[in-house]
Amino acid sequence: MKPFTYERAKTPAEAAAAVARQPGAKFLAGGTNLLDLMKLEIETPRHLVDVQDLKLDRIEPTSDGGLRIGALVTNTKLAADTRVRRDYGVLTRAIVAGASGQLRNKATTAGNLLQRTRCPYFYDPNMPCNKRKPGSGCAAIGGYSRQLAVIGSSDHCIATYPGDMAVAMRVLDATVETVKADGTTRAIPIADFHRLPGDTPHLDNNLEAGELITAVTLPRPIGGTHHYEKVRDRASYAFALVSVAAIIQKDGSGRVAFGGVAHKPWRVEAADDVMTQGAAAVTAKAFADARPTDDNAFKIPLATRALAATIAEGRSA
Amino acid sequence: MKFDTPAGTNPIDQEKVVGKPHPRIEGPLKTTGRAVYSYENHEAAPDAAYGYVVGSAIAKGRISSMDVREAKAAPGVLAIVTADNAGPIKKQGFYVAKPLAGPEIEHYHQAIALVVAETFEQARHAASLIRVDYARGQGAFDLAAARGGAKPHRRRPDIRIGDFDKAFSSAPVKVDATYTTPDHSHMMLEPHATIARWDGDQLTIWSAQQIIGWARRDLGNKLSIPQDKIRIVATYIGGGFGGKGSVCSDAILAALGARAVGRAVKVALPRPLMPNNTSHRPATIQRVRLAAGRDGKLVAVGHETLSGNLPGGGPEIAAAQTQLLYAGANRLNLTRLATLDLPEGNAMRAPGEASGLMALEIAMDELAEKLGMDPVELRILNDTQVVPGDPGRGSPTDPQSASGNQGKAEEAPLPFSIRQFIPCLRTGAERFGWKQRSPKPGSRREGRWLIGMGMASAIRGAPIMPAGGRVTLDAKGIVTVESNMTDMGTGSYTIIGQTVAEMMGLPLDRVVVKLADSDFPEAFGGGGQGGAASATAGAYAACMKLREAVATKLGFNSADAKFVGGEVRAGNRRAPLAQAAKDGAITAEDKMEYGDLSKRFEQQTFGAHFCEVAVDAYTGEIRIRRMLAVCAAGRILNPITARSQVIGGMVGGAGAALMEELAVDKRFGFFVNHDLAGYEVPVHADIPHQEVIFLEETDPTMSPVKAKGVGELGISGVAPAIANAVYNATGVRVREYPITLDKHLAKLPEIV
Repeated sequence: MKPFTYERAKTPAEAAAAVARQPGAKFLAGGTNLLDLMKLEIETPRHLVDVQDLKLDRIEPTSDGGLRIGALVTNTKLAADTRVRRDYGVLTRAIVAGASGQLRNKATTAGNLLQRTRCPYFYDPNMPCNKRKPGSGCAAIGGYSRQLAVIGSSDHCIATYPGDMAVAMRVLDATVETVKADGTTRAIPIADFHRLPGDTPHLDNNLEAGELITAVTLPRPIGGTHHYEKVRDRASYAFALVSVAAIIQKDGSGRVAFGGVAHKPWRVEAADDVMTQGAAAVTAKAFADARPTDDNAFKIPLATRALAATIAEGRSA
Repeated sequence: MKFDTPAGTNPIDQEKVVGKPHPRIEGPLKTTGRAVYSYENHEAAPDAAYGYVVGSAIAKGRISSMDVREAKAAPGVLAIVTADNAGPIKKQGFYVAKPLAGPEIEHYHQAIALVVAETFEQARHAASLIRVDYARGQGAFDLAAARGGAKPHRRRPDIRIGDFDKAFSSAPVKVDATYTTPDHSHMMLEPHATIARWDGDQLTIWSAQQIIGWARRDLGNKLSIPQDKIRIVATYIGGGFGGKGSVCSDAILAALGARAVGRAVKVALPRPLMPNNTSHRPATIQRVRLAAGRDGKLVAVGHETLSGNLPGGGPEIAAAQTQLLYAGANRLNLTRLATLDLPEGNAMRAPGEASGLMALEIAMDELAEKLGMDPVELRILNDTQVVPGDPGRGSPTDPQSASGNQGKAEEAPLPFSIRQFIPCLRTGAERFGWKQRSPKPGSRREGRWLIGMGMASAIRGAPIMPAGGRVTLDAKGIVTVESNMTDMGTGSYTIIGQTVAEMMGLPLDRVVVKLADSDFPEAFGGGGQGGAASATAGAYAACMKLREAVATKLGFNSADAKFVGGEVRAGNRRAPLAQAAKDGAITAEDKMEYGDLSKRFEQQTFGAHFCEVAVDAYTGEIRIRRMLAVCAAGRILNPITARSQVIGGMVGGAGAALMEELAVDKRFGFFVNHDLAGYEVPVHADIPHQEVIFLEETDPTMSPVKAKGVGELGISGVAPAIANAVYNATGVRVREYPITLDKHLAKLPEIV
């Protein structure tokens, strides 16, 4: 771990300004991912701005009937919130499918959106990795890629976004609210929040330097049955091989996002349109441009089968 | 004390303390955080500096240059140990890979430096400032590709009995299949960790070591230090599974670092370094050929296994147990070893059997299906009470061979000391409800789950090694036992205490157990499931001597004296045990040594594993529903700690069956998923219900204690039982472990 300095910010704008001011500064919230990466010197911030005092830990109704989730709301609190459980079940299901009870007690809403890939080559500083060290190459291409991306990848990176919560937020059409160093705010649709790797895989998302997430808002509930099907080798405490976040209406229509398959939560709106035609039709559209490796080609039929299970569950609900 | 004839009745047979379910005596220390593990021994080394190991970034080649100037100048840095300044390190020892490389690199993450600093953080940061240039060499990293150069190994000569080829080719029913098992990591909870301290030329290491004697021997040999100048202490160990079989880089480098800085140094291996820096269970490619008559009797049993290792390393002896498990006149048993430049392969829980049964016991399931026979019945039918193919060597205790009428040519082949294999199978089938299993694969479904049941046989050697003990009776009537046996969390403290309590007629709370210090009498250690049997026999020998000393002191004829209820009794006379020590403590020390019983009898433990799984018909995910192990493993010294050993083994078997695999990058030559996020081991949710049954058994050929090990039996045969259950659920046979969903997904039932 590189030596670093540390401060605790009092307000969101002050935190954003503090990070923008110092090159190599980062926000620290729950620390469940950042601190691990710092120990391995994969992340080497020179300064940490701790945001835990920012009072962004409330879940409140919005004026249009939705819900505003403070950036520092823990995964545990969010998953347990009665409004979330009633109206946004997919979100609760996704959160409790991830990590462990201890981690969810520390992990925050904003931090969870920002968790970095679990590509094993990213985690080994001896290996080339364009995400960790731009321009060094990608050892995962041609290497052990069973967990890695099947779609939206590039010749520079085949990493996946590893989280569950964001996949549910994607299917809920959530919005990420931020404040920039100059005090201005913006709202970023979740679809535009995470990036595909392209030739800049070191950028996971579209936040600017110093831009701080203050909240995630959910639009008014859309009903339906809510599903999160997480497929993994081990029954708990494992990253998804494939996950399916779905909301299915009584008439069989619905929407779906996939986790574990791309550099971001993967949703193709055109695929939602054919939900009534069954899982194979949906994944044919959602994964039309897939470029899997030999190791992970199974993820595409697996996504179809996991979605089929979800649709069957929706029917019987 | 010499043990050379089968044991008769002795004080252990009372089973007043031995055999009783005593909770671990050190348990409260562990659950309250007061048990001091090696790295935490602040009392021994209050001013210890911190060492951080730097691992090689390449798998094969050499260091062309190393610049430590910036690291050395970093805050807090006291010394940097590299091959340039470490002095000679000899290669001999249990592990063949060098604990400190340079300039030649033998494997990925092999240690190339130890940075010693005032704090852990300073050492870790300075480690990142070392600049190393490598000249990458060509290495062999692909086991299948290395097959051409594979050779037999002196430890496992080829076995060819009868005419295997002819018998196999002419048999009506046969299986010929290849199975693969991947490299496995021990991934014990406590990493390899050591504190080293020099007092003049005397070196003490507090180190996580399973076998104190080997650690001292290898540390002495590698660093050219006389053994009497080395003390090893391993009071508590947070798991080992074979991975702490002797000194690794942490211990060697801590010793060198401490010498360099003139104060104690502590080193723990970071988790991501462990899989490549230390040893692992090597991958195997196994071909099993079984042939039977229509009656199910095996006529040909062939098992060939291939594994790889660094030059000088040994093979995974995965075919060995096949010579002992089933009858069959024609046999082929071949072990081949290829040279690989991956990290060192070495012992991991049930080396040989764990991997070998993963192949053999699927093959038996396949054969049963071809025969249309129940898998349990097939195994019962092929039981053998003597070592198959053994030419016969005469056994003085065997009535048949002892008979002069039968002549030398009729001498019986080597018998098993005791073999309750069939009772294991029958008991297991009964208790598990085996008859509910549908013989037709893929025929039982509950909602989205495909349900299957499977079983497999278990066999694991029961080694016993010479071991000593020292017992001291004090004036309060407390008996303290000392032995260099270790406790990896296995229960050694408790069972040795129970043995002494039984022998001295005391309750367990009147016995103090001190273990895992090279100042104590040699007792082998924890490994090969030989520790419990060996160390308790050593304690028995010491107690026999103490009983004699006590009886003499109290004026009893030692042959008549009974040690009961804290007293010594004979006839009408009785005296408190403590009275013998009123003029001063009495100490007795002895060692149990062995004659040739292990050559006259094949000593093994036996078991049967049963498993029920559910496979998600949509996603192919496999979830275990329940598991049962039936074990016949000599006297069970403590049903609680023995059960813990077996259920732990079953968890290891579940990991081997369903998820554990060190993924090899064949370009860079290393295990890619080298942390606990990438290398998945089972969590609680994977293990819903486990049951263990121990059959009544004592084995008088082992020692007066009549006990065997059970910890490695617990993993042997578990993975194939699960594999067979998965097949029974799906009808898709997967022969490449681990059985992950991608390997059967395409063949699962179509979805709507």
